[in-house]
Amino acid sequence: MPVLNQARQRVIQTIFIVVFLVIIGQLFHLQILPSKYTKLAKDNAITKKIVYPSRGIIYDRNKKPILDNVARFDLVVTPFQIKGIDTTTLCRILNIDTAEFRKRMVTSIIKNGRYRPSVFEPLVSPQLQAQLDENMYKFPGFDLNERPVRSYPFKCAAHILGYVAEVDTAIIRKSGYFYQMGDYAGRSGLEASYEKVLMGQRGIRFLIKDNKNRIQGSFDKGNYDTLPVAGRNLYSSVDVVLQQLAEKLMTNKIGGVVAINPKTGGILAMASGPGYDPNLLAGVQFRKNWGRMALDTARPLYNRAIKGQYPPGSTFKPLGALVALDEGLITPAYGYGCWGGYYACGRPVKCTHASRGHAATLRLALANSCNSYFCHIFRMAIDNPAYSNTTGGYLKWKEYMNSFGMGVRLGVDLPSEDYASIPDTSRYNKDFGARRWRSCNILTLGIGQDRMTATPLQLANVMCIIANKGYYYTPHFIDSIQSERIDDTLFLGKYRRKHEVTHISDDAYNAVQLGMQDVITSGTAQNAMIPGINICGKTGTAQNPHGKNHSLFVCFAPRENPQIAIAVVVENSGYGSTWAAPIASLMMEKYLKDTIAERRMAEVERISKADLIPSAIKHWYYVKDSIRQAKLMKALDVIVPPVEPPAVVVPKKTTFDPEAEPNRKDSGELSIERSPIILPEDEKNKKDSLKQ
Amino acid sequence: MNNDSTISKGIDWMIVWLYTTLVIIGVMMIFANEYQEGDSIFQPVLNQSKDYGKQILWVCVCSVLAVFILLTDSKLFTATANLLYGLGILLCIAALFAGTEVKGSKSWLVLGGFRLQPSELSKVFTCLALAKYISRQEIDFNRTSSQVIAGVIALLPAAITIAQNETGLALVYFSFFLAMYREGLPPFILIMGASVGVILVLSLIFSPTTLFIAYGIIAIVAILLTRNQYKRNPLFLWSIVAIWAFASVMSSVVIPYGINHVMKPYQRDRIYSLVGKLYIPQNPEEQAELEKLKVKNRGKSQNQSEYNVIQSKIAIGSGGVLGKGYLKGTQTRYDFVPEQRTDFIFCTIGEGFGFVGSFVFLSLYAIMLFRIVVIAERQRSTFSRVYSYGVASIFFFHIGINICMTIGLAPVIGIPLPLISYGGSSLLTFTILLFILIRLDADRHIVLR
Repeated sequence: MPVLNQARQRVIQTIFIVVFLVIIGQLFHLQILPSKYTKLAKDNAITKKIVYPSRGIIYDRNKKPILDNVARFDLVVTPFQIKGIDTTTLCRILNIDTAEFRKRMVTSIIKNGRYRPSVFEPLVSPQLQAQLDENMYKFPGFDLNERPVRSYPFKCAAHILGYVAEVDTAIIRKSGYFYQMGDYAGRSGLEASYEKVLMGQRGIRFLIKDNKNRIQGSFDKGNYDTLPVAGRNLYSSVDVVLQQLAEKLMTNKIGGVVAINPKTGGILAMASGPGYDPNLLAGVQFRKNWGRMALDTARPLYNRAIKGQYPPGSTFKPLGALVALDEGLITPAYGYGCWGGYYACGRPVKCTHASRGHAATLRLALANSCNSYFCHIFRMAIDNPAYSNTTGGYLKWKEYMNSFGMGVRLGVDLPSEDYASIPDTSRYNKDFGARRWRSCNILTLGIGQDRMTATPLQLANVMCIIANKGYYYTPHFIDSIQSERIDDTLFLGKYRRKHEVTHISDDAYNAVQLGMQDVITSGTAQNAMIPGINICGKTGTAQNPHGKNHSLFVCFAPRENPQIAIAVVVENSGYGSTWAAPIASLMMEKYLKDTIAERRMAEVERISKADLIPSAIKHWYYVKDSIRQAKLMKALDVIVPPVEPPAVVVPKKTTFDPEAEPNRKDSGELSIERSPIILPEDEKNKKDSLKQ
Repeated sequence: MNNDSTISKGIDWMIVWLYTTLVIIGVMMIFANEYQEGDSIFQPVLNQSKDYGKQILWVCVCSVLAVFILLTDSKLFTATANLLYGLGILLCIAALFAGTEVKGSKSWLVLGGFRLQPSELSKVFTCLALAKYISRQEIDFNRTSSQVIAGVIALLPAAITIAQNETGLALVYFSFFLAMYREGLPPFILIMGASVGVILVLSLIFSPTTLFIAYGIIAIVAILLTRNQYKRNPLFLWSIVAIWAFASVMSSVVIPYGINHVMKPYQRDRIYSLVGKLYIPQNPEEQAELEKLKVKNRGKSQNQSEYNVIQSKIAIGSGGVLGKGYLKGTQTRYDFVPEQRTDFIFCTIGEGFGFVGSFVFLSLYAIMLFRIVVIAERQRSTFSRVYSYGVASIFFFHIGINICMTIGLAPVIGIPLPLISYGGSSLLTFTILLFILIRLDADRHIVLR
């Protein structure tokens, strides 16, 4: 028996040893063999937190900040830490009731869990913040977190500046996963173009966290942290006062305005109607407003100054003259006997004037905007015997246009600029058959109609070329970048390079400039005159398939030493001289004389108050409003009599050239009464029908 | 002075010192778990706001109790063994019917502010009762009937504990078979029991093919080593082959079949997660069903143990050779490992002191176990010997299973690490177990039965 017992004692001890050896073996495997667990531990406990720098500021040409950052505070709450807080006091300060308080708590627990902070009240006002600061000790678990938000002190230049918003998956993928979910980035305008400059350099903090992702402190006393570098500032050419005026004048209008300094190519003002207050898309406001604005049929987010494609109409005529002069087809003294229309191509193109000698010279023809004259010289250019056929002549003409910046992207420093259209020969080959079209087929190109379109920016740039007599700088907003680096200089280089346009002689420019000056002094735009300044301008009244004519005006001033070139387009508002010319004139006066004369202040008010939104868009708003109202009423279960709708005005396409026939009376729109819109009962969504 | 010398006479100081060292290590580990830089160290001890403060209080209580046990007559334990056993069983049943439910198990009795887990204390009583039964004069432990009765004594509290839904605790009672083996239980029971357990766990962790190959290698080695044996006795060869066949069939056929066809998907998922493995069903329908279930149970932490094991392995693995140092662990100090002050306390040691520290720590335990075996073998009375082996078995089972579960070698069944884990009940039980042993050992010259 003792032998057996001896043996069994040994067996038990052996079992002990074996188990301990197995444990040691597994420990060896875990702790010494692979480094996988060390790495996992690091991922587990150390978190990289990105510290966002404040974005750069954009200044105007007088070093006034057009946009700024304000520090706002979010009231955040960590639900598990709140114990015995003074709920009533907090509710009183925030002006909410306890039911709302409870609701928000539940929401934040659902969203982020009990252990992570979530926003309780975003972007509290400064007064509220002061009040909260004082009482913060009463509310453990609550905290105020700083967050910089864009603010726009001048409430203008929304289309230029763009907006900052949370990135989406497409942007993240495009950036090569540089951005992360929840990051903010410039999404349009200068914010997007100069994103790399404005955003600065992110810092990284290494923090230790616990199993619930709560931050416990910095890792190794912050030795591995990198500090954020604030975004660099941008100095733009925008004149904020002029910008405000332009936007004021464009209220309740659809269209675009561009003002450029021809000497530098710096854009002084750019407005697009309808505009919006950029503060509407800053911070918390973004989520509230963006969707509504994006769906608005008037498209307030759409920058018509660089994206709107408008037929230039008569504003194109100076270019037609320059082409003809340069090709040696005419001299400034060349005249054309206009009898009130151009009859050489079958269906006549009407002209405003029928009196003899209104197109006796180029200068007169420009001043009076003679359609016949410019149709004639356009045909001369196309049928120029120097080129083999119509196509050859057209291609040469197109080359001229492209060198003037028409039909090509100019390369302004805003995203998604449009190149509008100088039609390609293929378009006409398709319409008429190859080599079967003649100058008569494309006649109205000569007066800026047909398939030709241009953006307001291109039109303003053409004015710069004429003002400078043959060169331009690519229009741009940003003159310089704070502490410019080599890559910035390379980027801005294209805005500092002079573009020579095909060597047209100064004489040709002089002739055109004189003609354009006469437009103001004795021609179609006498209401644009500013005493003491020689303005060169050209009106345009462009026919379009969307309704009433577009009102256009292009100009530059002063003639001797050009300071400003402007292009104005007001959609569906009639003659160029009615709306576009005074807008440009007021802007020039403001810029060149610093103030608008007292007697013209009334005109500023008159124009800014004029409502030129086409009735179709108004009707859309009316439908939206009544649907909303109907829904609201249904929700409230109140029976209301249907609201009498306003008389619906149906726009009608103008069928004649109004500049050619000024005496013909046609408002361009027909007023039609429509029966009130009553929403039919939606049977499909009724509960009873669902049951069946 | 005179009194003092009588208490300390015959006491095995080595065990006492090991006990003290381990308890101090335990408090330090709990402290390391809770302490954050800048916290006051002594405040929580006074106002009992933190676990290490409470543990220190329990240590004080246990020291007093230890002195009391040393002051008692060793005859008291033999005399009251059966009585205490009966009391323990009654308390367990009381807890089952009148107890408070804590984390899904009805094993706690709450009397005023005092909480008691009878099945924990029953370990001591069962150990005593078993020793008492085997040491009876008329018992011949080589007889099967005696062995069956001893088995019933050991497993009765286990049955009640299983009914209380405390499977982990119940499994501890099986460790008494080790003590019974020493007294003459046929080895094949032990081998069979252990083998089935080991095969079960291995089948969960490794793939059937790997195991099949491993079993084959083991069988061949066994045959080669014992070739002299089976030349004389061919049955020996056949028994090896039979064992090999049994193990292979178990791992490759029976267990996978049982898991895949008898159990429901969520049960399978839970079984696999016990060893920290992810269960990926082959069948897409099953996968969908499981996903649905997971979505439904999200937040109810059904797969907590899977997460526990992974986090625990990360924590231990991140310790490396020498560890991160005391109070420097990033995993254990920031609550990554749940229940790390109770069941997963070994992570703190593994992370803080690395392989070397863990080795030293395990050596302490190994020395303690061997010392208990040595003490057991020097007893003249069967009672003391059986009791000592019982204590060794309980300690061994706790240590082995607890550490194996933190390193992913055993299912997470939630039993504490002796003398280290936070928890008054557990510390109290192990103190009583150990100090009764010391008292009996001190009186080994006078206790004969």
